[in-house]
Amino acid sequence: MNLLMFLIPIALFLGCLGLAAFIWSLRNGQYDDLDGAAERILDDED
Amino acid sequence: MTCCSASSAPSSAALKQQLDHERTVAASHTLPDGSLQTDFIVPAMHCIGCIRTIERGLAELPGVNNARANLSTKRVTVQWQPRSDAPVNFLQSLADLGFEASLFDLEDVSSSARQSGRQLLICLAVAGFAAANVMLLSVSVWSGADAETEKLFQLISGLIAVPACLFAVRPFLTSALGALRNRRLNMDVPITLAVLMALGMSIHESLIGHHEAYFDASVTLLFFLLIGRYLDHMMRERAHSAIMQLSRLVPAGAVRLGADGAQSYVSLGELSEGDEIMVAAGERIPVDARVVDGFSDLDRSLVTGETASVAAAPGLEVEAGVLNLSGPLTLQVTRGADKSFVAEVMSMMEAAEHSKSGYVRIADRAARIYAPVVHILAALSFVGWMIATGGDWHTSIYVSIAVLIITCPCALGLAVPIAQVVAANRLYRSGVMVKDGAALEKLAEVDTAVFDKTGTLTLGTPHISSIEGGSDTDHALASLLAGLSSHPAAKAVARLKENRAGLLLSDVTEHAGFGLEAVWKSKKVRLGRRDWVAEIAGSLGPADGHQFSEVCFAVGGGDLVGFRLSDTMRADAPSTVAALRSAGLDLEILSGDAEKPVRSVAAALGIAKARSALQPADKVERIEELQLSGRKVLYAGDGLNDAPALSAAHVSIAPASGSDVGRASSDLVFTGKSLGSVMVALSVARRTGTTVRQNFALAISYNCIAIPFAVLGYVTPLIAAIAMSASSIVVVANSLRLNLVKSGESIPVAATAAPAQSVNQFEPPARTRREAVK
Repeated sequence: MNLLMFLIPIALFLGCLGLAAFIWSLRNGQYDDLDGAAERILDDED
Repeated sequence: MTCCSASSAPSSAALKQQLDHERTVAASHTLPDGSLQTDFIVPAMHCIGCIRTIERGLAELPGVNNARANLSTKRVTVQWQPRSDAPVNFLQSLADLGFEASLFDLEDVSSSARQSGRQLLICLAVAGFAAANVMLLSVSVWSGADAETEKLFQLISGLIAVPACLFAVRPFLTSALGALRNRRLNMDVPITLAVLMALGMSIHESLIGHHEAYFDASVTLLFFLLIGRYLDHMMRERAHSAIMQLSRLVPAGAVRLGADGAQSYVSLGELSEGDEIMVAAGERIPVDARVVDGFSDLDRSLVTGETASVAAAPGLEVEAGVLNLSGPLTLQVTRGADKSFVAEVMSMMEAAEHSKSGYVRIADRAARIYAPVVHILAALSFVGWMIATGGDWHTSIYVSIAVLIITCPCALGLAVPIAQVVAANRLYRSGVMVKDGAALEKLAEVDTAVFDKTGTLTLGTPHISSIEGGSDTDHALASLLAGLSSHPAAKAVARLKENRAGLLLSDVTEHAGFGLEAVWKSKKVRLGRRDWVAEIAGSLGPADGHQFSEVCFAVGGGDLVGFRLSDTMRADAPSTVAALRSAGLDLEILSGDAEKPVRSVAAALGIAKARSALQPADKVERIEELQLSGRKVLYAGDGLNDAPALSAAHVSIAPASGSDVGRASSDLVFTGKSLGSVMVALSVARRTGTTVRQNFALAISYNCIAIPFAVLGYVTPLIAAIAMSASSIVVVANSLRLNLVKSGESIPVAATAAPAQSVNQFEPPARTRREAVK
């Protein structure tokens, strides 16, 4: 039971972290050009 | 244009550069730090090599801070500092890099649509996060937690679910409120009601210490529904941006001649009656105007549907949208942009648009029947339980919420959008862009196909149909000379396969509005208008005055040769027409062109009903006449003169090569030269209709099983969750089958025979209900 007191907040925190990361990447324009991103990885000189 | 006429244009290279610069600046917008941001559409960009070439090539230009290519939208964004000492011409630079580009006016960007897509995605992320966590907690409760843990988990679930639901329900809430304000019910009303009621009830339950809470159900419901909503949005966004890419540089402005002879580039809104503007060869005339100076040929095919070009000389009145072919013209504006021919067409389109706005999409039609049924069912179970339990309002409300949740199935929310998104992607791969889901639904219902001729059944580019008189040498000389001009008629002559060996022309000049002149073996040769060529010909050849459009040729003192032109039919027009006919459609041609060419095309295709020399309003009238007699009309056309008809028809399709207005007013746009796309679109649309009905059947049969249990109060959250997810997965899997439709596959005529009847009437609920359940 006491274990839950730690585990649940940790689980929720990690979940929130993922959500925040997603929203950040969305706002940052990382989903604006999915096709371009797939091609850019092939560019050796960058 | 190879010879003098182009270079005799009054605008020098430096002036042209200055004008291009002004045009670019006019399409840019200013960033907070004072630099400009300009967007270009570069349709040919397709790999990392292109991205690298463009980004590096543009970054080297003076004043450019940053250049970024977006492969998904095929756009390049340049941030730059305009410098007076070095005017930049990005379009030219891009052309030098090997990419044809056009300016992308930021005003056009539907930033609001994009914003709402982002909003939906964030709502989806929040709902997904909440659903996953709440479900985990719920699963541990269902698998048998002790009372203390259950209470704690319920509390945590509530803390996650309440804010998440309040956040993620907003797209539905806005839509539901909008519908209620208009005294209508849509699918979002029961959704919003169920989510909010379940939430309120669960909070109440938790506060008074009971352990029956539906937090998990309300967030999962929202999560699945948002997936459907986002898919729907994505499809529209994608088609929209694809159509935007196609849009060529619309003349958003014109080069105005000032009183002192100075030239400046002004936007259309600034042009007023009496202004003088200049239009170079190859450009479209932006407003209604009268020619003041210069000679040229005009291509009016987008405006009137006529293929023959018209000679322009001072005094001629021209409509906006006409293409200036061979020589520079100075024109006087006769009507401002807001009163021009294009504007008239636009207002006609709006009127036509209005007359068909009564269309109700399948999902909403289902909602019309479904929403009241759900509400009544929930209310009845409440009343029933009140009576049965002798006034236990708690259990009664509880059961009615369960009914609301069970009957708001995600499968029903996903049934339509998922099928349409898969179909739209399938069509996208075949070069057909679908504007929205309604277009697919309507396309599946059509029973009559009406075609425009020029540019739709035909390519709109002329070819030589017959030659009158002349020797082989004459023909060879003519085709050699014609190869030097960019006039469409000349290009057709140039395509003649004649033996040109040993022929040499000198002193070639192009006389705008008349034709080409050159010297061969110290004799004058001319190619162009009959009367102009006849001036040097020895004999006049065959009689003048026939109906065909033609180009003539003569060597000084020799015979006059006439090249008759006719339009090239799209290669697969006959097979497409035959396929459409075998799919049970009535066919008709409505054209603005003269009677003879229309009749010959109709005869070649075996279409009995053909009308010619129609004005835009006549086309609309004919289509409305057909629709009043209960027909569902598919209109395929491309020109400016077709735009009102495209809007008036039940559903419309336009080739990407057509006019901007035509594309904008049609529901589907096909790229490429193949008219067969119409066929593919029709077969996919009909299959989509079938799939949507199957999805409905699946979703509704799920309900039919689940509702009785819910009404009787037997549904536990676990069963609801499993049933809900399973039905959604089945619906998605069923829709994915649409990807398997082959382009050559025949249309499922039999499958659509029944619905084609019932869709004639949207209103009677019983009828549509039967169709949905079937």
